[in-house]
Amino acid sequence: MSAPMLMIEALGIVFGHGAARNRALQEVSFSVPQGGSFGLVGESGSGKSTVLNCIAGLLDRWTGTIKVADQVLQGRRKLSFSRQVQMVFQDPYASLHPRHTVDRTLREPLAIHRLGDASRRVVQVLREVGLGPQFRFRYPHQLSGGQRQRVAIARALILEPSLLLLDEPTSALDVSIQAEVLNLLQDIRTQRHLTYLLVSHDLAVVSHMCDQLAVMCQGVIVETISREQLQSGEISHPYTGQLLLAGKGYDRAAIDAFQDFLPTSQQ
Amino acid sequence: MPAEAPLLQVDRLRVAFPSPRGEVAAVNDVSLQMGREKVGIVGESGSGKSITARAILRLLPPYADISAQAISFKGENLLDLSEKEMRRIRGRQISMVMQDPKYSLNPVRKVGEQIGEAYSLHRQASKRQAREQTLEMLAAVRIRNPEQVYNLYPHEVSGGMGQRIMIAMMLIPEPSLLIADEPTSALDVTVRLQVLAILDDLVSQRGMGLIFISHDLELVASFCDRVVIMYGGRVMEALAAGDLHSSQHPYTRGLINCLPKVQGKRGRLPTLERDAAWLTADFQGGARQ
Amino acid sequence: MDRPTGIITRTRDWLLSDTPASATQAAAGRAYLGLRLFGRNRLAVLGLAIIVALVALALFAPQIAPYDPIATDLTNRLQAPSTSHLLGTDEVGRDIFSRIVWGSRLTLYIIGLVAIIAAPVGILVGTVAGYFGGFIDIVLMRLTDIFLAFPKLILALAFVAALGPGIENAIIAIAITSWPPYARIARGETITFRNADFIRAIRLQGAGPIRIITGHIMPLCLSSLIVRVTLDMAGIILTAAGLGFLGLGAQPPMPEWGAMTSTGRAYILDHWWLITMPGTAIFVVSLAFNLLGDGLREVLDPRSDS
Ligand SMILES: Nc1ncnc2c1ncn2[C@@H]1O[C@H](COP(=O)(O)OP(=O)(O)O)[C@@H](O)[C@H]1O
Ligand SMILES: Nc1ncnc2c1ncn2[C@@H]1O[C@H](COP(=O)(O)OP(=O)(O)O)[C@@H](O)[C@H]1O
Ligand SMILES: [Mg+2]
Ligand SMILES: [Mg+2]
Repeated sequence: MSAPMLMIEALGIVFGHGAARNRALQEVSFSVPQGGSFGLVGESGSGKSTVLNCIAGLLDRWTGTIKVADQVLQGRRKLSFSRQVQMVFQDPYASLHPRHTVDRTLREPLAIHRLGDASRRVVQVLREVGLGPQFRFRYPHQLSGGQRQRVAIARALILEPSLLLLDEPTSALDVSIQAEVLNLLQDIRTQRHLTYLLVSHDLAVVSHMCDQLAVMCQGVIVETISREQLQSGEISHPYTGQLLLAGKGYDRAAIDAFQDFLPTSQQ
Repeated sequence: MPAEAPLLQVDRLRVAFPSPRGEVAAVNDVSLQMGREKVGIVGESGSGKSITARAILRLLPPYADISAQAISFKGENLLDLSEKEMRRIRGRQISMVMQDPKYSLNPVRKVGEQIGEAYSLHRQASKRQAREQTLEMLAAVRIRNPEQVYNLYPHEVSGGMGQRIMIAMMLIPEPSLLIADEPTSALDVTVRLQVLAILDDLVSQRGMGLIFISHDLELVASFCDRVVIMYGGRVMEALAAGDLHSSQHPYTRGLINCLPKVQGKRGRLPTLERDAAWLTADFQGGARQ
Repeated sequence: MDRPTGIITRTRDWLLSDTPASATQAAAGRAYLGLRLFGRNRLAVLGLAIIVALVALALFAPQIAPYDPIATDLTNRLQAPSTSHLLGTDEVGRDIFSRIVWGSRLTLYIIGLVAIIAAPVGILVGTVAGYFGGFIDIVLMRLTDIFLAFPKLILALAFVAALGPGIENAIIAIAITSWPPYARIARGETITFRNADFIRAIRLQGAGPIRIITGHIMPLCLSSLIVRVTLDMAGIILTAAGLGFLGLGAQPPMPEWGAMTSTGRAYILDHWWLITMPGTAIFVVSLAFNLLGDGLREVLDPRSDS
């Protein structure tokens, strides 16, 4: 196997002081091979977004090691980092500037990185995410949730990164739109040979999109398994089992057996 | 069904909003009939689910144009009632739970006090009585430490807890019908199911009717007795939850098929091919009742 | 859809298009919807009309004013309003109508300069403090608090007393006392946006603080600031008039409205028009700005944005 695109070792972060001290991540380690797609699953507050924010440089003061394409990330990110790693956020209603047209949103990264030929690139990336040129001069409020998320994906793609961080890219969307966006993400990955790190609370989405996944609970990875292991039920931690069961719909007997898991309940 | 009038009967409801480009019908020709059971309303966002629910309670802004042959609740036509009588219905007979509890609670008062106040308002009870009843209610929605939760402020409770508190509050007047508008969409899967279990118990123990609005077809199919499927402001079909997977309507089929599954294949997910013909009044896509 | 309305309908459709073909069309469409909303507020339109009239008055003062606003004519002093002197004459025989017309230039000059100085300072201090937080925030906000702690008129008085009376110094004094509230507003808005996903996204794309603050945060603070500045215009006019009244603003014989009311004070019992006419002008223009501000609030308030 080639060198991993992303490698994380013993990542940890603490928020707050004193009584409000919160160890949001503890000893998080995983790696994603070049061109692979890795999923992080867990309930809200388990620290999934925090992992992505540490990688993206949107948080500092974390401990541990993060390597992207064999480069150890330290301190402030260099400008070239933006052309290597990009992110798609969860809420398409909050991730686009309300007063900027689609065109401006997509042109800005080109201006920052002094890439020429902006007009052509904008039209092309819009076409790639399935939006025609008629969407180019719209404001976000003139777009549906799914269209906004496509614009957010286009914004992430326009700098031609090799690693895409996807923070619950479909959890704010209808299931019908979710299917379209997931298909789009899969197509883009094959065409551009991208590496994905996908975060979701939905096991089905992660299992559909990823080769490998890690299950997180309160800042700790409780297990890392492959898609095949998940499908054949080779899971070792009861928390994964509970998530799997919960995804199957309403079942009174199963719900009464649910428990609250603490990360320390491993084995 | 026994001879008594159905709990709720909506007949040809239409709701339209003015817009810069003329009037737009958000809900069109929606009919619905239910007893003391769990009815799910499913559809994509913008399909008119919330507007339907709000129209039943007459909670729409004044510029909305509502018309219907009848919206009858226990045989009484809600459209004929005065605003004052309507307030009585809203307070005592029909309650509504919204998606985000944070917006429905007063942020600067303890949640326990707010529930207690709702209780005293309805029962003219003393402060102590209200407090006891509140703690009982919190226990009924399976909050394990009611005494502690009583003293929390809305921002201090998690999403699942907040939703349980809202449900507790809505149940105080012992309504005959509870409308829950996406009460669990913002919750984690396990918490979501726990909240549903509470609703389920309440329906079976108190003989309440429940309208459960959601965009999660699988969840509704496993939870409700009947399902109404909406698209573009119209009812596509209404069927028993058990028959959902054998539905022939292309929209229903599309909604079911586009879900990724843990056991599913890796390839592309089927997507929904929308068809303008669905919006014509006489479209017969599937087993329409 | 008949002939004569064809072009109107087409322009309307162009403006309301869901698929604008250029940035200009998108911006025009947005402006059009805002204007429609604004147009529904009768009082705001009235306010705007008065302000437009004021601007026209200032622009065409030489054409409108029948007399020289400064030249004295002692034979004609203290004339009551009549056909030859619409609003009467003052104690040295100057036509009050002409003075009010010329005075509109001074009024616009004052509020224009104050807005141009105070609003940018306020927005800059506020957004920088809000965006960076921490030490920078503490320093800038304490500075703001210091300015905010002084009563506005007293501080302006102190400045003018130090710098010497005169209209330029009055403007500087008013500007210095007006920016702190704008800084506060801008900082408050900035803090709500600072961690928004769209700001995180642009940070991840390599944008530096200058680009983020000027291109992304300031446009979002602008609407509440415009509303606030418009509402403050009335206060600025009154402060300027107050300074003029106390003899610390515009100096005679400049036709400044506040100074005019001040001299008119001595004649209030026998020659009411000396003080009433410029006083009415101040009142009407202040009211107009308040009405306009309220209307703008409805249009620009981000919360009314869908
Ligand atoms: N910037 C922050 N400051 C303080 N606490 C934070 C911050 N970001 C996240 N947290 C805390 O870290 C934990 C994990 O949050 P998050 O990564 O957002 O979870 P997830 O994305 O899995 O829902 C939560 O308890 C959250 O309150
Ligand atoms: N206050 C309103 N004014 C105008 N249109 C509205 C208003 N509220 C809702 N709508 C429109 O009504 C339609 C149905 O909305 P809604 O019932 O909220 O959908 P959902 O099924 O997601 O609950 C949408 O297309 C929406 O744009
Ligand atoms: Mg998250
Ligand atoms: Mg809704």
